Amino acid sequence: MKEEFNIISNLIEENTRVLDVGCGNGDLMKYLQENKTKDIRGLEISKEKVQNCLSKGLTVIEGNAESDLKQFPKSSFDYVILSQTLQAFLNPELVINELLKVGKKVIVTIPNFGYWRVRLQLLFKGTMPVTENLPHEWYNTPNLHMCTIKDFYNFCSSKNIKIFKSIALKKSRISEINKSNLNYKNLDSHLGIFLIES
Amino acid sequence: MNKNIDTKKIIISNPLKLDCGKEINNFPIAYETYGELNSEKSNAILVFHALTGDQYVSGKNPITNKDGWWSYVVGENKPIDTNKFFVICANVIGGCMGSYGPSTINESTGKQIGTDFPIITINDMVNAQYELIKYLEIEKLFAVVGGSMGGMQVLQFVANFPNKAKLAIPIACTSSHSAQNIAFNELGRQAIMADSKWENGFYSNYKLNPDKGLAVARMAAHITYLSEKGLQEKFGRKLQDRDSLRYGFEADFQIESYLRYQGSVFVDRFDANSYLYITRAMDYFDLSKQYKGNLSDAFKKTKTKFFVISFTSDWLYPTSENREIVIALNSIGADVGFVEIESDKGHDSFLLDVPSFLKTLGDYINSTYKVINERRI
Repeated sequence: MKEEFNIISNLIEENTRVLDVGCGNGDLMKYLQENKTKDIRGLEISKEKVQNCLSKGLTVIEGNAESDLKQFPKSSFDYVILSQTLQAFLNPELVINELLKVGKKVIVTIPNFGYWRVRLQLLFKGTMPVTENLPHEWYNTPNLHMCTIKDFYNFCSSKNIKIFKSIALKKSRISEINKSNLNYKNLDSHLGIFLIES
Repeated sequence: MNKNIDTKKIIISNPLKLDCGKEINNFPIAYETYGELNSEKSNAILVFHALTGDQYVSGKNPITNKDGWWSYVVGENKPIDTNKFFVICANVIGGCMGSYGPSTINESTGKQIGTDFPIITINDMVNAQYELIKYLEIEKLFAVVGGSMGGMQVLQFVANFPNKAKLAIPIACTSSHSAQNIAFNELGRQAIMADSKWENGFYSNYKLNPDKGLAVARMAAHITYLSEKGLQEKFGRKLQDRDSLRYGFEADFQIESYLRYQGSVFVDRFDANSYLYITRAMDYFDLSKQYKGNLSDAFKKTKTKFFVISFTSDWLYPTSENREIVIALNSIGADVGFVEIESDKGHDSFLLDVPSFLKTLGDYINSTYKVINERRI
């Protein structure tokens, strides 16, 4: 978690306007508030988590990214963050489009389904993978649309979404992803972090 | 209704131009305060009351001898902690707890003003209370807070005075009274006006009181403050002090007895004409119309932080109407938080012991107060 927060924080310029979509209990918001910018909002679907955020004094709105991002004007945030939740949406493509409208830049992090530990579970155990990052069983997972680093990379190029920066994370090791090392990073990283723009 | 009680009161000498076109001056505003104003005058919270509320937010209400109407929220060690905050609440104009209203005695005739009182609006109420803030010499309030009609006043206050409050918390309210809201208010008014003792509003001249009509108005309104589930769980078809039906029109059911009781205690503390005037003010409330149909424009000039709260079982001011306020604020990039609190207690949830509401509200106010103070330093 800490590494991911740190990477995200490094992608953000100081004193900018940020929206954290699916902000959970507000840990990332709190981290960014202390390190980068005071001007940060959150959107979260769970009432309980929204209440936790508000209790900490964070400005959070209860709502669903798939229907409630529309209310924000175009480019009203310098950065919109979607941390490890893209796979849980009914329609990830629609959400990405909404994020790109609302934010001048968008930071998306994805738990990598192409990570070798994930692949091996399916290959050798023959069961749906359960890892530290993806702790749910197939029957109770909120994740509807798992993807790999490579999938997301290809998605961006096919939709003409500009990738400013793509970073791979393995444990605490950080490296850049590029066209030539894509297959390797897709195998060897548990998390992909993308800074994109429409 | 409080002729003999010593309430805190100021006389506003500045003329106030009302929305109806009339002008009032030298009129009283009754208010109460709790806690101490700090030396920087940075801890003041103005609470706006709802339709049948009054200035007695906390502690013992000296007129009814019951707990203040927002005792769960305001008081020592409560979510709005009076050890820390200076809380101000004024009786709205049109009310009957000491502020200028239809039961105020007209000095020249020695009689109550009755329905000669001008029609007032939420805007007028807020403008009158602004005079109190000026009198108390508070340059900037830390917060304006209120539920139901109090929430409408919060919205109107920020629209009228965009630099006067750092934080605004409208709870269980709307930016524009719906047809359903108006319908229920009209039902209440008709009940009062149909009472032969109403005498076109001059009942006090005849030493009369339209208490039957006012009680019916209260009973009907009270139903709208609850939820179907809450009513069913609390009362169901339980019988009142009897084992079987009596085949008559007495209160066989507990719910009937409960509503009759609510009606009867209400008439002891509330003036029928005030009920007419205040419900009318609510019906006339349409903030977006004041800004040519664009609610966002009401908040364009403000940097006030907003926190909007609604309740799942509130069908009088449902979440969708509260959300419209959030959407209007978001569309101009205002600083707004929002949560819908889970509760079976209907619209009245904001007045009752709903732990997740009380905790979220208290934590939010306290952490925001801390953040704002730290920033200033």
